[in-house]
Amino acid sequence: MNLVIASGKGGTGKTTVATSLAVTLARHGQTVAYVDCDVETPNGHLFLKPMVTRERPVEKLVPRVNQETCLLCGLCAAVCRFNAIACLPDQTLVYEELCHGCGGCTRVCPVGAITEAPHPVGVVKVGAAGAIQFVSGTLNVGESTSPPVIRATRQAAPAADWTILDAPPGTACPMMEAVRGSDYVVLVTEPTPFGLHDLRLALEVVKTFDLPCGVVVNRAQPGATEARDLCRQARVRILAEIPDAVAIAKEYSRGQLVVETVPGLREIFDQLCLRLLEEVPKEKCPHEMRQRLEAAIRASSQSPATGPPAAGDPFSTPRLAAPRQREEPTRAASAS
Amino acid sequence: MKLAISTRGQDVNAPVDLHFGRTRFFRIVDFETGAETLLNNARAANAPQGAGIQTAQTLARLGVQAVLTGGVGPNAWRILQAARIQVFSVRGGSVGQALQSFREGLLRPLTEKQVTYF
Repeated sequence: MNLVIASGKGGTGKTTVATSLAVTLARHGQTVAYVDCDVETPNGHLFLKPMVTRERPVEKLVPRVNQETCLLCGLCAAVCRFNAIACLPDQTLVYEELCHGCGGCTRVCPVGAITEAPHPVGVVKVGAAGAIQFVSGTLNVGESTSPPVIRATRQAAPAADWTILDAPPGTACPMMEAVRGSDYVVLVTEPTPFGLHDLRLALEVVKTFDLPCGVVVNRAQPGATEARDLCRQARVRILAEIPDAVAIAKEYSRGQLVVETVPGLREIFDQLCLRLLEEVPKEKCPHEMRQRLEAAIRASSQSPATGPPAAGDPFSTPRLAAPRQREEPTRAASAS
Repeated sequence: MKLAISTRGQDVNAPVDLHFGRTRFFRIVDFETGAETLLNNARAANAPQGAGIQTAQTLARLGVQAVLTGGVGPNAWRILQAARIQVFSVRGGSVGQALQSFREGLLRPLTEKQVTYF
């Protein structure tokens, strides 16, 4: 089950949701791989605090020009859409960090003066955080294209019941590289004009990939209905609402997993897991795995000693939201 | 000697464009013949990336030896250095004013230290 956690706007809480969801699923006995695809600013390790056991460089092929045989004809520079190769009157220069590695220049060179050589663009780290398999990609400083590193990071993910891909923000190539080929997309948003504007864009991207998706509203405020209205219009289900609370921000700023340290969040993430089970494609989620997770969540909710105390819980949002959301998938199903 | 001035317009009174790579035009002055021509830089100006590289390459292939512009980035600088093209920085004004300052020897060539990404 490849679950990608994306957003349009940055800073809405992708990593908060991805790490806390990974921990929740692992606590309920599922095998989980957390994959940080936000290779320009990976930060999942700050919360999961993994032991990294392997590091592998990621390379792309860039042109090497043999200045002895180069005719200085300029065909290579003319074919390069990314201006990564420049032909001057007396030499041909390559800008490795701008190159997308398409190999076009090598093909058009009439005298075979260009060969391809590997150029490091990033690293992939593999390790474990407790029971969670941990994979994280990092793009080298100065490199212009992250998709090759995102691809390598995804490929390094070990098999698991749940592969949780923490996507880069935005709606451009890096985000699409993380979303492409996943089984389900969770879009994290915040009820601000920017958050909702970018959620609209993200929904369009998900639509072009024809993937099922749901929304998590972070920093949800009681009475703010814009996110719900938007999701209703787009026929997308709200999977969870995480309240706007100083306690969460404080724990986050200390690098804590909010699901473990903030009272009330355990219930929200348990609910999120159950909603996901209803939403994700059946064929990607074996019946046995589904039953196992449901049983584990049910068992843990009956033994309050295992979770933070529910008494004094400052959040009522999850339970308030639950009954109203119930009807939406039916409507979505009948309308589509 | 050929001098290129980055500009937003087509005549001498047009303002100098302080952005080297994405300037719309260059006014090219040939001091030997006295000829002044206009170079359309639209292709580089609209490039998704590497506008400065493409612009510098164009000037190098034209045999330009000096540029009047606001400033250049490190990628373009590498080409301008390799092609031995001097860069003279101006703060604004029209093409005519910049040319006048250049003729009077009021402009100093840019050094490596003044080349930044922003």
